[in-house]
Amino acid sequence: MKGFLVISLLGVIAMLAEVFKFKRILMPVIVLGILAAYALNYMEWTHPFSIPYFDNMISFDKIALAFTGVILITAFFWFILAHSSYEKDPHMVDHYALVLFAITGAIMLTAFTNMTTLFIGIEIMSIPLYVLAASKKENIQSNEAGFKYLIMGSFASAFLLFGIALIYGATGSFDLKEIHTYISTNAGNIPSFFYAGVVMMLIAMCFKISAAPFHFWAPDVYQGAPTIITALMSTVVKTAAFAAFMRLFMISFAGVSDVWSHILVVAVALSLVISNLTAAVQSNVKRVLAYSSISHAAFMLMVILANVRSNLSVNAILFYSLAYSIGSITAFGVLNSVTKYGKESFDEFNGLGKRNPLLAVCMTIAMLSLAGIPITAGFFAKYFVFTAMMTTSYKWLLILAVLTSAVGVYYYFKVIIAMYFKPAENHEAVKVEIASTLVIVITALLTVAIGLVPGYVAEMFTF
Amino acid sequence: MLAGLLIVFPLLAALLVFMAKGKGARNLALGLSVIQFALSLVALFQLKHNPGSHQLLLNCTWIKSLGINFAVGIDGISMLLILLTTFLVPLIILSSFKNDYEKENIFYGLILLMQMALVGVFMANDGFLFYVFWELALIPIYFICLMWGGEHRAKITFKFFVYTLFGSLFMLLGLIYLYNNSMSIAGTKSWAIQDLINSGRSLGEHQQSAVFWLIFIAFAIKMPIFPFHTWQPDTYVTAPTQGTMMLSGIMAKMGTFGLLKWLLPIVPLGIEKWGGVAIGLSITGVIYGSCIAIVQKDYKRLIAYSSFAHVGLISAGILSATAQGLQGAMLQMVAHGINAVGLFLIADILFRHTGTREIEKLGGIRSMNGNFAVLFLIIMLGAVALPLTNGFPGEFLLINGVFQFSAMAAAFAGLSVILGAVYMLRSYQGIMLGERKDTHNAFGSLDGSDKAVLIIICAAIVAFGVYPKALTDIAEPAIKTLLENIK
Repeated sequence: MKGFLVISLLGVIAMLAEVFKFKRILMPVIVLGILAAYALNYMEWTHPFSIPYFDNMISFDKIALAFTGVILITAFFWFILAHSSYEKDPHMVDHYALVLFAITGAIMLTAFTNMTTLFIGIEIMSIPLYVLAASKKENIQSNEAGFKYLIMGSFASAFLLFGIALIYGATGSFDLKEIHTYISTNAGNIPSFFYAGVVMMLIAMCFKISAAPFHFWAPDVYQGAPTIITALMSTVVKTAAFAAFMRLFMISFAGVSDVWSHILVVAVALSLVISNLTAAVQSNVKRVLAYSSISHAAFMLMVILANVRSNLSVNAILFYSLAYSIGSITAFGVLNSVTKYGKESFDEFNGLGKRNPLLAVCMTIAMLSLAGIPITAGFFAKYFVFTAMMTTSYKWLLILAVLTSAVGVYYYFKVIIAMYFKPAENHEAVKVEIASTLVIVITALLTVAIGLVPGYVAEMFTF
Repeated sequence: MLAGLLIVFPLLAALLVFMAKGKGARNLALGLSVIQFALSLVALFQLKHNPGSHQLLLNCTWIKSLGINFAVGIDGISMLLILLTTFLVPLIILSSFKNDYEKENIFYGLILLMQMALVGVFMANDGFLFYVFWELALIPIYFICLMWGGEHRAKITFKFFVYTLFGSLFMLLGLIYLYNNSMSIAGTKSWAIQDLINSGRSLGEHQQSAVFWLIFIAFAIKMPIFPFHTWQPDTYVTAPTQGTMMLSGIMAKMGTFGLLKWLLPIVPLGIEKWGGVAIGLSITGVIYGSCIAIVQKDYKRLIAYSSFAHVGLISAGILSATAQGLQGAMLQMVAHGINAVGLFLIADILFRHTGTREIEKLGGIRSMNGNFAVLFLIIMLGAVALPLTNGFPGEFLLINGVFQFSAMAAAFAGLSVILGAVYMLRSYQGIMLGERKDTHNAFGSLDGSDKAVLIIICAAIVAFGVYPKALTDIAEPAIKTLLENIK
């Protein structure tokens, strides 16, 4: 909770920076603030006091704290990475403030205990992102991205609200615990519009995490938005959306899982097939990463589908979020440095192995991790999903997952082949700011470290 | 301790070589790989006392909550393959001395890294660890092929990578299934090999069949056997010679080793039901590979197909699950590893001296370099499996083992000997005998490093041909234990 407050306070401070003219030290202030938030978050973890706040609207239990931790870690790396892009931007302060508010919303999504907080969290997170996606004002694609994101996002929010309303109609409550009790006490006696509400919420959440067939906005938005904002969307936003998804469906609606699990199976299967097959024929790297994020979403959804309702599933999703976020930070960091002046095609990576070997090695690690090759974090993420799914009756989905991840390797390795095999058009060395290089190297090392000793993260939930 | 050292040492060696500068890298790599060979000889010496059960055990916790341990150990079966690996790697490094590779330190570092993974595969006593090493072996060889390979390497190495990854993911699914099931047997989920074996045995025929195919596909792709072989000829031809040697000499043995050590004891019912089909596939590969080898024009491609045929026979022998079949498989794995390295080196020497590997364009080299002709002849005869060469006892036992399974299958498997003689003798004739042709006027004498490698290989071919007991003694007790476990 304290970490949450610190981040929202940071957002307000950032807005004041222009007025009180401390723009130049804003960046260190934010980074230190995030570190402080992380420290406070950690202290709550070691001495947990899970008091519900604001009339049982929000509660930081261990799950919330863990996901907040992941969000804060990625946010920390993101800000250092972003600084090189925003240093000379006259609107730096506005951007930072918006990002901080988006993170506030994201943290809220990890900890909601009430449907209203869920909705408010989603809106707080999304509205700054609509603006940020369109923040390259002179670029038509960026405008398109913002517009599309806004339309689709509002559409999803409408679904969400309608779903919440129907559920409220049936249960008479917004409170997750009361809904949970309602399901278990009224089994066999639940009105059909309650199920309609659940399905509508499922659709809305699938929009937010961009699972097929509700994924159409993602590639365009990822491509059009500034690269650094895309990085934010595929890490912090994804993690938060999954924390929310998990809390909603694995915990509150677990009792009616036979209603939503059938729909979710279709969504997972479609996501796996569509994302990997489409990604294989893309030439724009950001679009590829968008489709790859859809495929990773499908993997995380599989854990929710497995519905083991144990520490194992929570661990699996947490681990997946962390591995995916860290891998993405590396990948987007390199992408951001490589494509600073050019287009976003695979050709930009040509000859990177010679032009900047360090960057190329880090990118290789990130790609191996996203493809799920041992000994990287991404491998263990996939491993946990496989283990969870193996206990369910959806074993055929695993075969599909294996087949499509083999396809997935194709586009991840396209980058590696371009870096080491294809000759570069210009042989200039790629210069990257020291801070960005540090972030890229540290996240790449983290990817390997988590892959070597996954126990530290995987054993977080032993309560 | 020694077991851990055998894995850690090549890792450290690889890191050292990565940091080396210029030409020093190759000498350093050679020196370190020779030390590794010496270490494995020490292990052999220690193992001699009681080779039946796993010796030189090392067991550390890796991920406690998942029951994953860093458990390694050596029994007779793994010992032979470790010896093969550590014996071949110095030879492979030495054989590269006449090829100037760009960024030598990375090249040799990757070879040593791969050695680490291979030794790990052969030593793993934990299913998860086995999988991790299995995958790890793939990454260095991928980069070796991608960075130093020949034409179309990006496409071909990519196919190779995806193909094998695809197989191993299925293996992972199979292993996870066994792991989840081990809960009911061991009381806790465990990755230890013995628990996985018990877990597999407790399954019904139906599940065992499913697990058999999930895991078998991974091994079948790696070896490779028909119809999973399509990646192999192109990759062998495109890879740099040393990469091909690693692939066919050692890496193909990962598949046969996995079949023997992991699949055979885990799903006896599955093998009873589907072993016949798998043997059929293996033998189809033997004949198919031999026939294609006969019509090849490129010598390196010919060896690639012959390698495919040889491995198919090994797999058939293992799947027959007889003492002779397994013993023959062990002998043949060693023999094929040594011979394949020799043959690929010969292809490389031919290419370096004449600029071509096409059999039609070569000829009459014997009259220009008699020594080379003799060394080539010995290696070729080893590959043909002439008595008193190392190829013979293995092939004999393998066919014997297959015969006990089915006389019909053995009849077809026996064709491999005849067909092998056809393509090997024919290529020898085309390259070494006959008319001199202009393209290679100056074949010249062999370089010192090449000569040394060829002589060592020829010595091994003759030595193990005359006295195969040196090898069978190492593996026999372990095979006996394995068979007792199955029955």
